[in-house]
Amino acid sequence: MKTLRVRVDSERCQGHNRCCSIAPELFEADELGNAHAKGDGVVPAALEAKARLAVKNCPEHAVRLTSE
Amino acid sequence: MSKHPPVKDWASDFDHRDPRWIENPFPIWDELRGRCPVAHSARFEDGAYFASRYDDVREIAYDSEHFSSRRVIVRERKVPPQPAPPITSDPPEHTPARKLLLPAFAPQAIARLEPRARALCRELLDAIGSAKTCDAAVDYAQHIPVRLIAHMLGVQEQDGDLFRKWIHLVLEVGTSDETVILPALQEMSAYFFAEIKRRGAQRGDDLISFLLEARIDGQPLSDPHLVGTLRLLLIAGIDTTWSGIGASLWHLATHPADRRRLVAEPSLMPTAVEEFLRAYAPVTMAREVVKETSVGGCTFKEKGQVLLSFPAANRDPSVFPDADRVIIDRAENRHAAFGLGRHRCLGSNLARLEMTVALEEWLARFPEFRLADGAQVTWSEGTVRGPRRLPVAIG
Repeated sequence: MKTLRVRVDSERCQGHNRCCSIAPELFEADELGNAHAKGDGVVPAALEAKARLAVKNCPEHAVRLTSE
Repeated sequence: MSKHPPVKDWASDFDHRDPRWIENPFPIWDELRGRCPVAHSARFEDGAYFASRYDDVREIAYDSEHFSSRRVIVRERKVPPQPAPPITSDPPEHTPARKLLLPAFAPQAIARLEPRARALCRELLDAIGSAKTCDAAVDYAQHIPVRLIAHMLGVQEQDGDLFRKWIHLVLEVGTSDETVILPALQEMSAYFFAEIKRRGAQRGDDLISFLLEARIDGQPLSDPHLVGTLRLLLIAGIDTTWSGIGASLWHLATHPADRRRLVAEPSLMPTAVEEFLRAYAPVTMAREVVKETSVGGCTFKEKGQVLLSFPAANRDPSVFPDADRVIIDRAENRHAAFGLGRHRCLGSNLARLEMTVALEEWLARFPEFRLADGAQVTWSEGTVRGPRRLPVAIG
């Protein structure tokens, strides 16, 4: 069973806030409005589709989904 | 009608002030993408470039080494750069100037404004009342961002006409007639110096007070920085979102199937707002070439002005399938309406809140509306595109 994990590349994130709007269960914004993954970034099966949408809506290509 | 000679060839002589571009720029951009993705025009001092493809717009937006932000509006004749940090800043000055503003516009801070936004939309709708017709741009859209930014800055909402006059001069008239720009900027500066004086040592919960307290490397902001930033917050936050709300209402007035669907399925609002932002992105930015380079196979010569069209990028079919169709439940929408890279629109969270609330409240009150019979819809000229007259029939 592979583990899916989301990550936000802080060098690329410019605070568009799309990931936080699409998947508030997986992402949150810091006080400057830049995003990061909540907790360890592990994506439960029920949120996989939302995680993929967050990746595909990031204007800066900052959201990554990895499978380990 | 037009003050400018008509354009004969969009690739070698484009003019974003041409009535055809103002009314319906999309076929022009499609043509350019197909034959000459970077257009040029000698109508603007030192020449102007226009990139029509998403990838080229993105490359320019990311490249502050060759493309400076010190001029963010393409003008017929250049005026000396008018700093309005951080939008006119390049690295390294850009980062601290932007960072100090970010917390005030972060999602959590903006979410607190929702009740105020909803209340002011309802006041405007109450004023329209049971009228059978109204102008959705004049009676509704234009007031929403003015009143909210006035609230945030801690200035009088009643000064809205003054704010709109300055914006019209700086962004529209000033594109062709540079003599109006400096007097308008001086009036704005005088307005903010009076607001600063009025506060004295008193600090409130407003953005002017916030900036008076702000420090970069332990130092307060210089007067030019402070007033430049205040002018930016006023200019950038008003006709942009007014245009976004207006264009969305124009779409719903002219596409009854989308309107009915959004009324029946309010949960589509988030994707609908992103799609309106993509398809009708109001803001075209600009850059100045500071070192010759090549993008999209085209040479950009030093000193040239660059129209950085996020709206055209958003219509590029190589990135957005069915780019010219508005699909209110489009799930994958990596649009660039708020820019790309370090200059991402500082007010994007505010703009989204205003658009969402404005559309929700309008549709709740007026689920049935269309363009009024014989309606003469007019669109703004220049760097921000949106309807300025939008007569609708209600019911």
